[in-house]
Amino acid sequence: MTFSTALEAKFEKLLNSYPPGRKRAALIPMLLFAQDEVGAITGEVVNEIAGRLEITPLQIDEVVTYYSMLHREPRGKHNIQVCTNVSCLLVGGAELLEHAERKLGIRRGESTADGQFSLEEVECMGACSWAPALQVNYDFHHFVSPEKLDRLIDGLRKAH
Amino acid sequence: MLYNEPSPLEVKILTRRFGLENSQSLDTYLATDGFAGFRKALDMTPDQVIDEVKASNLRGRGGAGFPAGMKWGFVPRDSPKPKYIVVNADEGEPGTCKDRVLMENDPHQLIEGMLIAARAVGAQAGYIYIRGEYRYIIDIMDRAIAEEYERGYLGRNILGSGMDFDVYTHTGAGSYECGEESALLESLEGKRGQPRIRPPFPAVAGAFQCPTVLNNVETFCAVPAIFRDGAAAFADLGPPRNGGTRLFALSGHINKPGVYELPMGFNLLRMIQEVGGGIRGGGKLKAVIPGGSSCPVLRAEECDLSMDFDSVAKAGSMLGSGGVIVMDETTDMVKLAVRIMQFYQHESCGWCVPCREGTLWLEKVLTRVDNGGGRPSDINLIDELARNMLGRTFCPLGDAAAMPTISLVQKFRDEFEERLPKSVPAGDPRLVVVG
Ligand SMILES: Cc1cc2nc3c(=O)[nH]c(=O)nc-3n(C[C@H](O)[C@H](O)[C@H](O)COP(=O)(O)O)c2cc1C
Ligand code: FES
Repeated sequence: MTFSTALEAKFEKLLNSYPPGRKRAALIPMLLFAQDEVGAITGEVVNEIAGRLEITPLQIDEVVTYYSMLHREPRGKHNIQVCTNVSCLLVGGAELLEHAERKLGIRRGESTADGQFSLEEVECMGACSWAPALQVNYDFHHFVSPEKLDRLIDGLRKAH
Repeated sequence: MLYNEPSPLEVKILTRRFGLENSQSLDTYLATDGFAGFRKALDMTPDQVIDEVKASNLRGRGGAGFPAGMKWGFVPRDSPKPKYIVVNADEGEPGTCKDRVLMENDPHQLIEGMLIAARAVGAQAGYIYIRGEYRYIIDIMDRAIAEEYERGYLGRNILGSGMDFDVYTHTGAGSYECGEESALLESLEGKRGQPRIRPPFPAVAGAFQCPTVLNNVETFCAVPAIFRDGAAAFADLGPPRNGGTRLFALSGHINKPGVYELPMGFNLLRMIQEVGGGIRGGGKLKAVIPGGSSCPVLRAEECDLSMDFDSVAKAGSMLGSGGVIVMDETTDMVKLAVRIMQFYQHESCGWCVPCREGTLWLEKVLTRVDNGGGRPSDINLIDELARNMLGRTFCPLGDAAAMPTISLVQKFRDEFEERLPKSVPAGDPRLVVVG
């Protein structure tokens, strides 16, 4: 399978980042960066990376099932990840997640039928002092009120 | 970018460049004493460098507070193996968000700290292990690294000193356990983040089984100032054995949550009142978790406290990662205990039984108590299960789950009891239905 030239450049840099004989060290970054481009860790991605790192697809499966950001199925184009861990919980994180469920008409762990949005409940994302917090894909949003979330989602909807 | 207003009470050592224009750029860094510390370290012997760090009383900012200089001293410098510097930028402890701002606003300070550590132990390469969610931080660090290669601060024969050093970023992909140092090292090798049995410690067999200095982001970021201003100046900022400042991440029910750099030993009540602007809505303080969610909770009356490692330990908790979670009187401590346990249950790597089964069982029992379906014996059961995890796991994740739980049951037992069904008088063993 082929990847974009930007991703290939990233891979090449990664493969030069570790000591000789330690190619496998590049696995987790490669998987995450590939997932960002392809949308999921598909069987094709697994086989391709297994070949390049000279490891078995099973060794990759072991890793994919361990890390919560790696997934076999695609998420929505805008993956909304709401933190409900303590600092966020104290200032409305759980209510924010419920609000997002109503607004999007899906439950946590689901995607909208058009594939535009998916919703996840996630653990602390390192934004505790600016809670409640969420990420849309990799973008952080701080001090998110239900109204702010509505505007955010409406804005993303309008964008296509 | 800064996400909260600074406080006038801050003592800005590690955050001194925050808010400067282009604070991420090497030019700004160099114009504000950047690399002054490293240049001094280049004129010192490795032993002198380590002694300087020891004299500064710098203790690890990742959680355990281990003296950094001592840790560096454990590296066998005469080993024929390559040596590595590893930065723990996994920042996963709930309540903690300081490493993110340190890397975002002053990436070169971190790299200078790594260079000084490399000078001390003779390392030729370093890895910055950044949690996967911090994608933009990877880009910031990569740009900073590229700039330093271009200008001769990284690579071969750095500043004409004969020293070689390479730095790479490496991303995680969503795992709290990978912040634990030995699990991190497994993850760095492309494996599941399961802890290693120690000894050997990373100083002897760390990254790729080679001698390694592994510290938290904030620990490395403190190092340039120690060399620039002298170890004594750094040590004097805090009480004995607790040198320097700390980036405290204030969160929860306060008016001005934020990350603030304060001298080690700053009083906790003052921190809440004067730095954090007091409890929101004029409410009353109920409790504080002083160092991230793994730390035992403190009741309001225990909070007149010097925030340094030793004083907080004496008070029965931990300074941990500096995540100060403030709770007002509306806080439901049972719900809090449930959410904390859900987290540890989810993040347990599953390798050792007491942690894998203990967190799951505790989550179930806590949840049924919270839902009003608890049994009178459940409260003692929670306490017993948590105590049975303490010290019985390969890595401290089991302790991290147990410690806040034990303290919550102990200090707020009445709230757990009130949640039990009313028809069964609490504590009457004859009425317990077994099953
Ligand atoms: C479950 C668990 C998670 C941890 N997560 C982190 C983390 O995210 N960042 C960190 O610096 N240290 C974390 N630690 C502590 C590290 O194991 C290690 O002690 C620390 O990185 C050493 O650096 P220091 O001496 O500079 O504090 C964690 C420990 C445990 C047990
Ligand atoms: S608890 Fe939500 S970001 Fe840390």
